[in-house]
Amino acid sequence: MLRFLTYRLAHSLLLLFLVSVIGFMILHLAPGGPLSQFALSPGMSQAELEKIAERMGLNRPLPVQYLDWAARFVTADWGESFRDGRAVLDIIFGHLFATLLLILTSTILSVGLGTLVGVLGAMRRYSAYDYLATVGAMVALSIPTFWFGLVAIYVFSLRLGWLPSGNMYTIGDESFLDYAEHLIMPSVVLALVQVAIWSRYMRSSILDVVGQDFVRTARAKGLTRRRVLYVHILRNALIPMITLTGIQLPTLLSGALVTETVFTWPGIGRLFLDSLGYNDYPVVMGVLMFTAMFVLLGNLIADLLVAGVDPRVRLE
Amino acid sequence: MTIRNTNRMNRRTLLRTGAAGMTLLMSNAAVGRLAAQEASGQVVIGFSQEPTVMHPHMPHIEVDEGIHFNLFDPLFIVDTEGNFQPSLAREVPTVENGGISEDGLNWRVKLRDDVTWHDGEPFTAEDVKFTIELNQNPDFNAMRRNGHELVRNIRIVNDHELTWEMAEPFAPYPAILSWTFIVPAHALADAENPNQTDFRSNPIGTGPFSFGERVAGNYILLNANKDYFGEGPHLEQAIFRYIPDMTVLYTQFRTGDIDVIGLQGIQPDRYEQAQQIPDREIVIAPSSAVESITFNMGNPLFQDPEVRRALSLALDRETIVEALYYGIPEKTESFLPRESYYYNEKLPEAEFDPEKAAQVLDEAGWLPGADGVREKDGVRLAFKNSTTAGNNVREQAQQLIQETYASIGVEMEISNLPPAVMWGEYWMMSQFDSVMVGITFTTGPDPDVSNYLHSSSISAQGGAGQNTWQYENERVDELLEQGGRMFVPEKRKEVYDEIQRLVHEDMPFLPMFQYANLRGHKTGLEGFDPNVNVRIETWNLNEWRWA
Repeated sequence: MLRFLTYRLAHSLLLLFLVSVIGFMILHLAPGGPLSQFALSPGMSQAELEKIAERMGLNRPLPVQYLDWAARFVTADWGESFRDGRAVLDIIFGHLFATLLLILTSTILSVGLGTLVGVLGAMRRYSAYDYLATVGAMVALSIPTFWFGLVAIYVFSLRLGWLPSGNMYTIGDESFLDYAEHLIMPSVVLALVQVAIWSRYMRSSILDVVGQDFVRTARAKGLTRRRVLYVHILRNALIPMITLTGIQLPTLLSGALVTETVFTWPGIGRLFLDSLGYNDYPVVMGVLMFTAMFVLLGNLIADLLVAGVDPRVRLE
Repeated sequence: MTIRNTNRMNRRTLLRTGAAGMTLLMSNAAVGRLAAQEASGQVVIGFSQEPTVMHPHMPHIEVDEGIHFNLFDPLFIVDTEGNFQPSLAREVPTVENGGISEDGLNWRVKLRDDVTWHDGEPFTAEDVKFTIELNQNPDFNAMRRNGHELVRNIRIVNDHELTWEMAEPFAPYPAILSWTFIVPAHALADAENPNQTDFRSNPIGTGPFSFGERVAGNYILLNANKDYFGEGPHLEQAIFRYIPDMTVLYTQFRTGDIDVIGLQGIQPDRYEQAQQIPDREIVIAPSSAVESITFNMGNPLFQDPEVRRALSLALDRETIVEALYYGIPEKTESFLPRESYYYNEKLPEAEFDPEKAAQVLDEAGWLPGADGVREKDGVRLAFKNSTTAGNNVREQAQQLIQETYASIGVEMEISNLPPAVMWGEYWMMSQFDSVMVGITFTTGPDPDVSNYLHSSSISAQGGAGQNTWQYENERVDELLEQGGRMFVPEKRKEVYDEIQRLVHEDMPFLPMFQYANLRGHKTGLEGFDPNVNVRIETWNLNEWRWA
């Protein structure tokens, strides 16, 4: 166990190092930079821009800039935003709650619904319902989240007026119900694709398990259909789903990026897009590293959980 | 966010907003409109860019100024007509009233004595001195030093009067001062590092609104400054919502989630539909930016005046404005905005005549080659045109121009770049062939355009400025220098009329139209009055009120 953890830690650190180098290079080698946004302001000149660049330390050689950044990074000083001068970690934590709230809600929604749809599909394989679920999943997977979000806003906010068209809460309200009301559309939209993925995986995972010997044995013992399903099939079929959750994290995060834009949800995804747009290097690097850590940690937890619940898996 | 009931508040907000919140609560509790008589209600403004820079003198973009105008005051502001109106200064210094000496070298400014900062400290001449000196401080990451660099010997006469000298007469300085927001010396002077101060997240100003809170990526809340010395504010609170997607911004305007659709407003193709939304008023806000096709005169191709003339003749401005921009902006011949006092109305209107363009090129010796593209002395009449990638309307305009140019044997290749690349060295150091760009040439209401047209402003040749088309005309240089030292508008106008005429003749760029932006607000909001001389429509929030 300890060996496994040490190995995974070393592995993760190497990955993080590579992510930081590649991220830093792509960011800085892309032509243009954080100063071009000031270029068209009245009275601006190249000389003035160069002075600003110098004060921001942008005219130093790239390796020096990277080492400087990395040295600060390991001491938990992730630098300051070029825009508002706030500490990058503060900014990230300021946006974290919104993203976690959205991701958690939509994961609960999609896991619950996806499992249900998948189980029903597997139990009634090749039935009309199963075909419907399959087609439904394909459709959901092919609808762009952005489009679906806009249609949802059009129908439920503009036409029906049932739900707020965006934002996380009403300024000055901020009650639980207020949050809930704002959460419905973005989390459902984000969950839609996830439900499709989950139900497909769940269906095939159950079909895998159904054909196995212990299920036949259980049936032969004369257990009820229900008991076989819940105790023997479902429990085993859910194990791969834990791993899937870990693997799905990046997809979920990128989905959140789009959803956050459509519903003006002030989360990490939006922060990343904005910072990228303004070439706010410290924040972009910070979010990149943070999400990398988040995904690595998520996968580690998933692996540990699988090892915990599945006696066939040994951590070496 | 939905503002269903502006009076609904929780305890946290109440504590945060303090007394302001108290009056709101009282009016809610049907106690009646006691102290809230003057300031009541709130306005929610939607911006598609996020204001992040609260320090008005650090590098920022136009959307940040939408906040600065309400937190801070300059010595005097510029109104919609282009006239200066006193703000922190008791009167606008002019040659006439003795505020500026005949030669433009000595300034005397008298300040109001009834102004306090949001933290209660009195506003004095010390603050003005500090603000100008901050912009001269080499350690400070100043956005622009232009003009401030010339100020010498700032002398405080008394708490409410100061004088200074200018190293040389500089006519645009009043315009620069009109957007130089005065910042408090008492909060900033002691900072060890002027770039890292608490002020950046907790700004203190003298303006009609004080800083409430900023939730990054979400909104900024401003509270009415009850002690404001000027008009208003009539609103209790102002909320600036950040809504990054243009479609979502427009949708939230339709649903009523936002009261005002600000920068970057409504896209032209939605103009007709927007006018049908009940209880909304759509406003065409003039902008001082002029859209043009610019040529890089560093490219030998464009040094031939006949080529530039032909390209102008083959430029279908009318179709671009009418078909692509839905007739919202107006065609223009000058780089100065139509609203400017200095705008030259006598410039001849550019014609659209491709046949004549072909003839001009024939006569100049540019003859069709084997592939149909004209050439002269082995040089093909082919060039690239670049603009910001992703701007659909501009891309359509490029295609239209490309087609007409092709019909007269000119090859224009479209080569668009992402904004961060486009406006970097590619633009500043004149690395382009030609560009489609919207530029505000003026310095606020001031007609000085040396930064764009003087031969010493060519960055690619070691100059300091944005003469990126590398335009050189000795006569224009002389006139620019002359006009930059003149303080009497009537006489200055003659100089700038002549500059506009010469540039129109030389055609280093082909002006197409002056921008007009679509903004909108809920019916019943009064005081919304876009100002062509500033960069943002929330410049006068103190005058806004609900009918």
